[in-house]
Amino acid sequence: MSSFVPTQPLTGPAPAPAPAEPDVRRPRRLRLSWLRRWVSPVVIVAVWQLLSSTGVLPEQKIASPAQIATRAAQLTADGTLGAATVISVQRVFLGFVVGAVLGLVLAVAAALSRIGEDAVDPPMQMLRTLPHFGLIPLFIVWMGIGESPKIALIAMGVAFPLYLNTFAGIRSIDRKVTEAAVTMGLTRRQRLRHVVVPGALPQSLVGLRQSLGVAWLSLIVAETVSADSGLGYMINHAREFLQTDVIVVGLAVYSILGLATDSLVRLIERKALAWRS
Amino acid sequence: MALVNGDLVAQVRGHHRSFGSTRVLQGVDLTLRRGEFVALLGRSGSGKSTLLRSLAGLDPSPRDEVSVTGRTTVSFQEPRLLPWRRVRENVELAVLNTVDARTRPDRVRDALGEVSLTEKADAWPGQLSGGQAQRVSLARALVSEPDLLLLDEPFSALDALTRIEMHSLVTQLWERHEPAILLVTHDVDEALALADRVLVLEDGQVAREWQVSLPRATRSPEHHQVAQLREEVLGALGVAPAPRDDLADSPQYARHLKTSGAA
Repeated sequence: MSSFVPTQPLTGPAPAPAPAEPDVRRPRRLRLSWLRRWVSPVVIVAVWQLLSSTGVLPEQKIASPAQIATRAAQLTADGTLGAATVISVQRVFLGFVVGAVLGLVLAVAAALSRIGEDAVDPPMQMLRTLPHFGLIPLFIVWMGIGESPKIALIAMGVAFPLYLNTFAGIRSIDRKVTEAAVTMGLTRRQRLRHVVVPGALPQSLVGLRQSLGVAWLSLIVAETVSADSGLGYMINHAREFLQTDVIVVGLAVYSILGLATDSLVRLIERKALAWRS
Repeated sequence: MALVNGDLVAQVRGHHRSFGSTRVLQGVDLTLRRGEFVALLGRSGSGKSTLLRSLAGLDPSPRDEVSVTGRTTVSFQEPRLLPWRRVRENVELAVLNTVDARTRPDRVRDALGEVSLTEKADAWPGQLSGGQAQRVSLARALVSEPDLLLLDEPFSALDALTRIEMHSLVTQLWERHEPAILLVTHDVDEALALADRVLVLEDGQVAREWQVSLPRATRSPEHHQVAQLREEVLGALGVAPAPRDDLADSPQYARHLKTSGAA
């Protein structure tokens, strides 16, 4: 099961595949290595199934792969999984939008004006060291256990990586290029559009990927702490009845959603950063 | 002053600039007439680039010290293109506020054609060689038909052969568009090959000034007037003139001096 915390460095595109051998053999070797990478996962699942079928792994601890697949099909068919997923995605989306707007606006304000930097950056730098999950008790005191504390938690998680990376991205823009834009007669607004935004974008997208990772992580924590709907609720409810198959199905959906948003950002990176290739 | 105002594109009077306790410009006087090609020489730290920045409006300076009429553009030592915009877009941005959107593509194509880079219109700046990028920078500076073109050591980062090509390109473009040009350089031979007037900046003031009246086509380094000017300018810069064996013997350079500027 993949974790939602990005495990690879987020400073650039994924590492290139292993260096290829001489040209003629290249396609075949690539296909072979792709196949080889599937061997161990398949073996693990097969062994898991075998251990479950022979009773070595009790169902109360972990369901068998076959059982999980059946349960996934059933939860999909009766609409439970779809409804829970929609609610969880809504939470992440709302929290992400709030946090992203907050992070981006603060970053632009801090990076483009001296007053903005003095006012915004010190508190942001102090707050960023605070693990935002530590705020859960306060959020519950302030907002109860409804939707607001969950969205606030996700927004907090999203705002910081975007703020820090966008701020650094804007500051990394070559002053000389900005000056050239001034001598070309571009207005402040035009410089924002043609210099600041595209110049900060590479670093901002690094922040975006981190933000999305944290957004899903925050969702899971928030839904596990308290929820009466969504994937987290489905998982917690299943725990009470020792339905390990439902728990694994829920985790798998979390994982797929995290992967999906990560691929989306990679796609945006490929399109928007074509000039760097 | 004997000049009518319409003939002036820039006038600098008693211009002072200091950074902290360092006084860089101490009362510079400079007049640039419409269409003239002026070279500004000076040792490192003499304030050449500071003066250029004042003229470009990059640093604030009092209106009564520095006044420029019409459009001013700059080509810097580094091309300073926007790496995230294609070559065509880089040039187009320079006329974003001055040329109608419908005629802009034609203007951009013409400007790139003049520097022989039409086929690179859709390339990213990162895909260009140093010389190509510098030509785009020139196209970008000229596309808006400026009254004053400021060149801040635009050839100093190029290899010798590319520099020679750029010299004749600049001369051609200057003849076609007739902007006033202020070329900041530390290369005496470059100044003597290109400019009508050569100034030396020293101790924060324009210390010396020479007219180069010789037609550009005849300015070979062997020409006694050029040789004499060169000696004088180097003297003013505090350099003991050495016999020039580096470039004078190079056939490219001699040919360049003969061909550049068919004025």
